[in-house]
Amino acid sequence: MNAHLDYVLHLADTTLVLAQRNSEWCGHGPILEQDIAITNISLDLLGQARNYYQHAASLINTANPNAQADEDSLAYLRDEREFKNPLLVELEKGDWAKTTLRQFLFSVFQDLQLKRLLHSTDTQIAAIAEKSLKETAYHIAWSSEWVIRLGDGTPESHSRMVTALNEVWEFTGGLFVPAPYELQLAGTIAADVSQLEKPWTETVSNVLEEATLSLPGKTFMQQSGKTGIHTEAMGYILAEMQSLKRSLPTATW
Amino acid sequence: MYKAIKMTEITRLESVFQDKVDKEIKVEAMDWMPEAYRKTNLRQISQHAHSEVVGMLPEGNWITRAPSLKRKAILIAKVQDEAGHGLYLYSAAETLGSSREEMVADLLMGKAKYSSIFNYPTLTWADMGAIGWLVDGAAILNQVMLCRTSYGPYARAMVRICKEESFHQRQGFEALLELSRGTTEQKAMCQDAINRWWWPSLMMFGPKDSDSPNSELSMKWKIKRKTNDELRQQFVDMIAQQVKILGMTLPDSELKWNDKRGHFDFGEINWEEFWNVVKGNGPCNKQRLHARRAAHDNGSWVREAAVAYAEKKAAAKKQKVA
Repeated sequence: MNAHLDYVLHLADTTLVLAQRNSEWCGHGPILEQDIAITNISLDLLGQARNYYQHAASLINTANPNAQADEDSLAYLRDEREFKNPLLVELEKGDWAKTTLRQFLFSVFQDLQLKRLLHSTDTQIAAIAEKSLKETAYHIAWSSEWVIRLGDGTPESHSRMVTALNEVWEFTGGLFVPAPYELQLAGTIAADVSQLEKPWTETVSNVLEEATLSLPGKTFMQQSGKTGIHTEAMGYILAEMQSLKRSLPTATW
Repeated sequence: MYKAIKMTEITRLESVFQDKVDKEIKVEAMDWMPEAYRKTNLRQISQHAHSEVVGMLPEGNWITRAPSLKRKAILIAKVQDEAGHGLYLYSAAETLGSSREEMVADLLMGKAKYSSIFNYPTLTWADMGAIGWLVDGAAILNQVMLCRTSYGPYARAMVRICKEESFHQRQGFEALLELSRGTTEQKAMCQDAINRWWWPSLMMFGPKDSDSPNSELSMKWKIKRKTNDELRQQFVDMIAQQVKILGMTLPDSELKWNDKRGHFDFGEINWEEFWNVVKGNGPCNKQRLHARRAAHDNGSWVREAAVAYAEKKAAAKKQKVA
């Protein structure tokens, strides 16, 4: 049960934190159409997060009818060390190069993960995966176009993409290292993420090549987020996101 | 002699134009129109577009702090709708011979105006509800009228915008209703937001009719169909009733039903504050413009790269064909 709950929370936290990061662009995008696009992706991810949190709450409430968990208590009243998102999604949004590159690297991973989750023995997860996959296809198309456009655009956009790649790359490895709860459930409820690195690298290197960017070589990979050890940026995300809810924890909104 | 003939011709065209307007036939982009009609519409539509885009900022301020996931989703979707409205309106304005780039440049230079309401700060979560209910509520009265405005592209853009705006207003009211039934702190937050947004919302209808020199021509050309004061009264009458459902009050000791007029009487707007905000001295004029300039400047390398890439692709395609 604990591993099952941890896994659903991991999926929920991952999508919520990236939704939160992308939503910071709302009203500040480089052009109106793209402001709408990134906000749309934020909204998709938030919708996915809500599905996972609602599922997690029902797992909790079924095990303990007095628990009264709901999507908001899980998103707003847990502490940093309880959040199980990979580090990649919590990194600061940076410039448009970093935001679109991070989205691309994550979406390619998420797409592979969700395709496996279609066969999850938890039928609720499988249903959420099916719904989310339609959205992920668009996220990959949109973000890969930006990676290519900026990589192969002007000298400045190319150089910004190179910087973004150097900054973000060491946080990708953690995606493929299963946390203990994933290891326990791999192939039943959970996807075996260790199998995803090869197809991920293939897709990513194809797009980077078209973007005239080179795939970084083997390097040390940070990998702690899914077990609750985060970067220093994470505390600020939660401080901001949870502030009002925590100031009046019993209020409904 | 030549000049005289030309003047006669213009008089004739003007009379054809006015006749069309009087018969409720929409004016379209390629039709002849008096230069002042074109200019007035262009100014109004581009100001409206700028208002949608600048209007994203005060509400965007609370997206990352929305107190529930549902409210966060509603707020993001709402702000995104405003960006969409900005797009339709810039397109409608472009039919009058200005480009979006030119209009945006005017905004960033401080030459073009946008609705003064967005120069007020959003200080608590309740402001999200108050903006939906009062600000969008005031905007809708104006916009419903504009669905029948004489310039076709503007009227058609407004039809769609109105549908979304009325949804926003209901969402705003519902958010306040939740607060009004909540904890003591939530009720206080709700009343405080109404107190701060009420007068600025009344100012959204513009100066008094007696101080609004452009109104008469706009009415004749059916750009506007109701005067500032008529719309303002309609708004007061509507909100004075709705506020009772919230169990809150409006911050106006002179607000009172007048049986004889069949309307609510209300107090005098602080016109000094109104003109001050128009002139750039509102609490957030500088911040709003700064945020728009920063988004524009920080995005310039992105837009340049997109153009460069598109040109590269087009050149490669041409070479392939050759």
